[in-house]
Amino acid sequence: MSPPTKGDSYARPTVTGHSSAGRLERALRAGRFAVTAELNPPDSADPADVYSRARVLSQVCDAINATDASGANCHMSSVGICALLTRAGYSTIMQISCRDRNRIAIQGDVLGAAAMGVSNILCLTGDGVQTGDHPQAKPVFDLDSVTLLETIRAMRDEARFLSGRTITSPPNVFLGAAANPFAPPYEWRPLRLAKKIAAGAQFVQTQYCFDIAMLKTYMARVRDLGLHEECFILAGVGPLKSARAARWIRGNVPGVHIPDAIIERLEGAADQRREGKQLCVELIQEIAEIEGISGVHVMAYRQEDLVSEIITDSGIMARRRPGRMRKVARV
Amino acid sequence: MHVIRRWSGRNARLLNFLYRRSRDVLEFIKPLLRGIGYDRLDRPMALIERPLKSLLFDCRMCGDCALVQTGMVCPMTCPKQLRNGPCGGVRPDGGCEIEPAMRCVWVVAWDGAKAIDGDAAMAAPMAPVDHRRKDTSAWINLLRDADAAAAERARR
Repeated sequence: MSPPTKGDSYARPTVTGHSSAGRLERALRAGRFAVTAELNPPDSADPADVYSRARVLSQVCDAINATDASGANCHMSSVGICALLTRAGYSTIMQISCRDRNRIAIQGDVLGAAAMGVSNILCLTGDGVQTGDHPQAKPVFDLDSVTLLETIRAMRDEARFLSGRTITSPPNVFLGAAANPFAPPYEWRPLRLAKKIAAGAQFVQTQYCFDIAMLKTYMARVRDLGLHEECFILAGVGPLKSARAARWIRGNVPGVHIPDAIIERLEGAADQRREGKQLCVELIQEIAEIEGISGVHVMAYRQEDLVSEIITDSGIMARRRPGRMRKVARV
Repeated sequence: MHVIRRWSGRNARLLNFLYRRSRDVLEFIKPLLRGIGYDRLDRPMALIERPLKSLLFDCRMCGDCALVQTGMVCPMTCPKQLRNGPCGGVRPDGGCEIEPAMRCVWVVAWDGAKAIDGDAAMAAPMAPVDHRRKDTSAWINLLRDADAAAAERARR
């Protein structure tokens, strides 16, 4: 057997004007309401633990997020998960946090990821080490989310490292960032999104949205600034397991805002897990109606099995009818 | 230190004015400083800068001063040393994700920036820190950068 030629895994954009060859970018640019979902990384070295989770998510989503030690807790790396997923043909979003690696390591990972067939990269600052299971660790933060975006954009568009040295085959990736409309200083948040767009963000995934009124206020300002036309915005959602879990998240996970009304609703339910799922379905339906939102990002912590049901029940898949491409011959 | 930092944020306008005037003075005596040699001036200048900026801004001597763009609040005092705005972990009361008792550096900076010139200075993305400059004089580095930029313009 001959060795694979260049291009087998190194994917170039197939559509003119696209940054990547990925399914997520194609879905978003075609105007489809996109769905992404987070894969909870295993505390194991067994690839089956990754594939079993990816299998249930891939039924309904355009790309799977491989988290990078989120919450500063150690798990299988995002690079490792992406290696497994791309090998099996899954569409991935590789998350890069600035907490654990410096600019040399990160840029190397970007080239490696693109070579494996990763089409999307999400640029994050990362949670502080103090919030995780290794508070003794040395925090790196050589770059931040904004400079990380600029760095990868220059690698892709100008084919050069941060040092200026030339890259012979640039990484064709669709660039993403995070946004949190629910943390102070609230009036700055839309401007922060503008800054991330200026730095290269083409899509954003937001923190969990439980407060629709607040999201609408944020989106109104985003539309005023015209940002919804410069960047695809995917709203973060997820099922809450119980009122107790919701309280714990609110108190312990940085940046998550859960209104009292939500917790009261869960408390009053006979089956809290079921109510949490139903609540998530309703939130997705409300979010889908907000102008300027291009999709949802489902973060179902240790409840991956629910994602497919949630998306199906929300009815958003019905909106994804084949549009102007329907005359294309099918196999 | 947090008290001083918040005072600096509240008085960002005054400090910004003083900062800009000092820069003008520096610009004025630049030929003299260049004559003495930047490298020779690094240590004595850093010796002056350290106590002054430590007192006013809780300065960490990164040598790559960003105060003018960050509402006169030192971004290196952020536990994540962010230079481009707040992370998503700011607590509802404006407290830091990592040190809840401390007010988020960027919440203070936001108020400082509004007092100076609105949010204009904060809109432009800032380059990552040059870690070689740690413990060197930010003033001298400012002159170095200005000279390098002028040389670059002349080259073109």
